[in-house]
Amino acid sequence: MTKYLHVLNIGIQNTLVYRVNFFCRAVFALVPLMAMLMMWDTIFAGKGPGAMVGAYTLAQMVSYYLVVTLVDMLSAVAEDDWQIAGEIKEGLISQYLVKPMDYLGYRLTLFVSGRLVYTAVAVIPVGLFILFQRDYFTPPAHASTWLWFALSVAMTALLQFLVSYTMALLAFWVTEVATFIFILYAFEYIAGGHLFPLDILPPAALDALQYTPFPYFLFFPVSIFMERVTGAELAGGLAVQAMWVVAAYALARLVWSRGIRRYSAAGG
Amino acid sequence: MKRHAAIYAEFWRNGLIREMGFKANFIMWIVVELLWFVLQLTFVGVLFLHTESIGTWTKWEVVLLYGASHFIQQLFTGLFLTNCVQVSEHIRTGKLDFLLLLPASTRFLLSLRHVDFGSFVNAASAVGVMVYAAGKLALAPTAAQAAGFLALVAVGLLLHYSLMFMLACVSFWSVRAQGIVWGYYNLFNLARQPDEAFRGAFRAVFTFALPMLLVSNVPVRLLADKMRSPVELLLLAGMGAACFAVSHVFWRISVKRYTSASS
Repeated sequence: MTKYLHVLNIGIQNTLVYRVNFFCRAVFALVPLMAMLMMWDTIFAGKGPGAMVGAYTLAQMVSYYLVVTLVDMLSAVAEDDWQIAGEIKEGLISQYLVKPMDYLGYRLTLFVSGRLVYTAVAVIPVGLFILFQRDYFTPPAHASTWLWFALSVAMTALLQFLVSYTMALLAFWVTEVATFIFILYAFEYIAGGHLFPLDILPPAALDALQYTPFPYFLFFPVSIFMERVTGAELAGGLAVQAMWVVAAYALARLVWSRGIRRYSAAGG
Repeated sequence: MKRHAAIYAEFWRNGLIREMGFKANFIMWIVVELLWFVLQLTFVGVLFLHTESIGTWTKWEVVLLYGASHFIQQLFTGLFLTNCVQVSEHIRTGKLDFLLLLPASTRFLLSLRHVDFGSFVNAASAVGVMVYAAGKLALAPTAAQAAGFLALVAVGLLLHYSLMFMLACVSFWSVRAQGIVWGYYNLFNLARQPDEAFRGAFRAVFTFALPMLLVSNVPVRLLADKMRSPVELLLLAGMGAACFAVSHVFWRISVKRYTSASS
């Protein structure tokens, strides 16, 4: 365990180099967010006072996107998948194979350190922006919500990481994984709830999505924060999310064990 | 001029040969872009389940706008994007030496050398969507409107190119320029939103400083009979010409700072 703490330490030191970069990225990410909020504002204004879109008032809609930004900051995979694919392609993972350390554990630790540094930096612009929009932002009413939210975000981060990790492992088989990663990202972007809250979809589409892992990539923790899922539904959702995490973990292990047999250590 | 045209034809031929070397990859990238386009259109579909309009923009007008915006973005990607991104590499590695020595305009070589064919396929899919949306709107653009639309698209491309080339020229000063170029490209996503959705400082910035909200909205307004005043037309054309002129001066100043990388 202590060796992973060392990795965490190294990971934090390495990513601290990019703190200015992270800050700029977090600030730039606010531009499309502002655009989205203004567009919803215009739509609600066009519908007249007291309008609803699905089950959302304007304030709730704005809140939704703010919480999405928050969850994204805590859990999104940034460069990890490109790095993993690059290490496989260039034969750099050979050095990890001979170390007494598990590659998945190693990458996961680096992912956590990256998120820690990113969050520490991005919390300033994101926090200021939420403060600026505070009339629309409603924090959870119940203290216990924070706990369930934290649990769900942790699982979301794991799910995001494991799926990205598995996609990056495709580099064992194909030289160009970028297209695969972008295709998955496209699905995640729309079916995960990045672009709009999933419950404004027609009920049939929403029901179909419940059988996929996508809502658990983002939509589910956001719904917990907004206290739209409570009680038995909350407990059930967390269980399903945990199940998806386990499934993603099993898949990651399977793909790794298959892939490593094909590994030819290109470049020595 | 004639010589440059011949060189440019050769760039196209090269681009095609390069793409055909990796056919599977070529097709996969087209699939990726197509998927993202479908995704954006799905978003419009979902929005209009819940509303009749965004400002005065109706559903199929917004689809037309998304199509036009995708069309412009893909043409830009095909003609200029890779070149602008690579400027900083050429400067960092000293490869610009080689381009400076060639008996042709260096700016021409830097800006147009790389042609990305997949983007033209995607631009064609955008045209398909625009034609369909125009059909739904029962639009019958006159020849003048269609020509005007294409001319405005060309001006928009020139405007984007001039701004992005200037950002790429920042490479002569700083190694961070490549990030700035990508940052600008990400702002293209704003261009497909109806201009009426925005207000205040945000709208002013993205109209006058970074004219994202002019580049696709103005041509579509012309095509869909939504022009509010000819001022917008003149603004787009004027900004296109002005930015191109400024970018040329900026390029002249920048290239004087070039000191080569090695040796």
